[in-house]
Amino acid sequence: MKDFRIWGLKKSPWIFHVAAASCNNCDIEILAALTPRFDVERFGIVLVGSPRHADALLVTGVINRKTLPRVIQVYQQTPKPCLVIGVGTCSCSKHMFEDSYNVVGPYDKHIPVDVYIPGCPPKPEAIILGVVKALQKL
Amino acid sequence: MKVIFWFLVFPGFLFSSIIGLLLTWVDRKVTARIQWRVGPPWFQPFADFSKLLSKETLIPINASRFLFLMAPILSIIAITAVGTMLFTMNFYPGISFLGDLIVLIYLLTLPPLATIIGASASKNPLAAVGASREMTLYFGYELPFITAVIITIIKTGGMIRIGDIITYQHIHGPILYSVSGIIAMIVALLSMQAKLGYVPFDIAEAEQELMAGVYTEYSGFALALFKLTKAMMLFLLPCFLITIFWGGFVTWWAILKLLLLVVLIILIKNTNPRLRVDQALKFFWVGLMPLAIIGIILAFFRL
Repeated sequence: MKDFRIWGLKKSPWIFHVAAASCNNCDIEILAALTPRFDVERFGIVLVGSPRHADALLVTGVINRKTLPRVIQVYQQTPKPCLVIGVGTCSCSKHMFEDSYNVVGPYDKHIPVDVYIPGCPPKPEAIILGVVKALQKL
Repeated sequence: MKVIFWFLVFPGFLFSSIIGLLLTWVDRKVTARIQWRVGPPWFQPFADFSKLLSKETLIPINASRFLFLMAPILSIIAITAVGTMLFTMNFYPGISFLGDLIVLIYLLTLPPLATIIGASASKNPLAAVGASREMTLYFGYELPFITAVIITIIKTGGMIRIGDIITYQHIHGPILYSVSGIIAMIVALLSMQAKLGYVPFDIAEAEQELMAGVYTEYSGFALALFKLTKAMMLFLLPCFLITIFWGGFVTWWAILKLLLLVVLIILIKNTNPRLRVDQALKFFWVGLMPLAIIGIILAFFRL
């Protein structure tokens, strides 16, 4: 029974895109990964519009005081079990905003992150690889 | 005992849900091929369904708990009843009762009504906008749909038993093979597109504006039931049209007719942009309704 549930989760990860104040570069690469050229629907990956339907959150951007409560709210709205995938170097560290007064640190200080995808921005292939690695963790 | 078996296993819940989920795969695969993609594997809808069942169901704080959880159950029961009645009457025309066509039309209006109830109960502004759009659209398509069914009633000489309609078509040939029959089929097909919530009329669920529209707050088990209802509607609404207009499920040809109708719906879905809600209402009342009335007039002259 448990295997069956994990099979379902692995075969149909629905993705919600949380753009938390990124520079738009990672967002564009995520959209590029969803185009027919890469065809992620082969693996059951679908972009959904509501965090209530999501199984994986793609978070982008360096987190700051304004976006922190929103990101935490979206994480709480997502039904568990859910994965959090940090896209871009900003989500792994503070990147070039190290000394900024407004930056409240990388994501894993606030919400549990399963996989980081470094790169500024990462290529669509790297994003797909990251999602696959996140699914292997299940 | 036999009735419970009918309702739960063979023509009812299990059978129509499995066929419906497979047809959802056909929909996604054809869409993918049109967009030059490979598309998902055949078990994809089943994986989606089992995943949604294993996730937790969140209920918003402000929502009316009872109505929020009742709406998906109401819609799944209604569509299961449609499947059971439709197929038992196709296989055994004798057990059909007087007025079951009207009962079927009422049962087919229940799933959209249930989505409106559920969306309003969830107290989400996006879902509320979706519910109001769904209601406007519902007033739009229901009138041409019923008018198209009335054409069949006129042509068969006032039969409102599905068993009688199937027997009539078996003797005199399907309703579709006449001018008024073709008009009725076109009107009913386009109304069905709106009933399914597919692209020219996916106004209530508009992804680009309303996130997920009426389903915004649903998750887990409740969302799975709504998805299953939509899958079963994709199977049962073409079956209803075939029963009423195209000879019923008497021969094996009916499976080919079903696939033809489903692929037609998918092609309409993939080659059209979304209409605004006022444009959709205008399309149904100014465009399709006069066509349906012309069909009724032709049906009176036995054309």
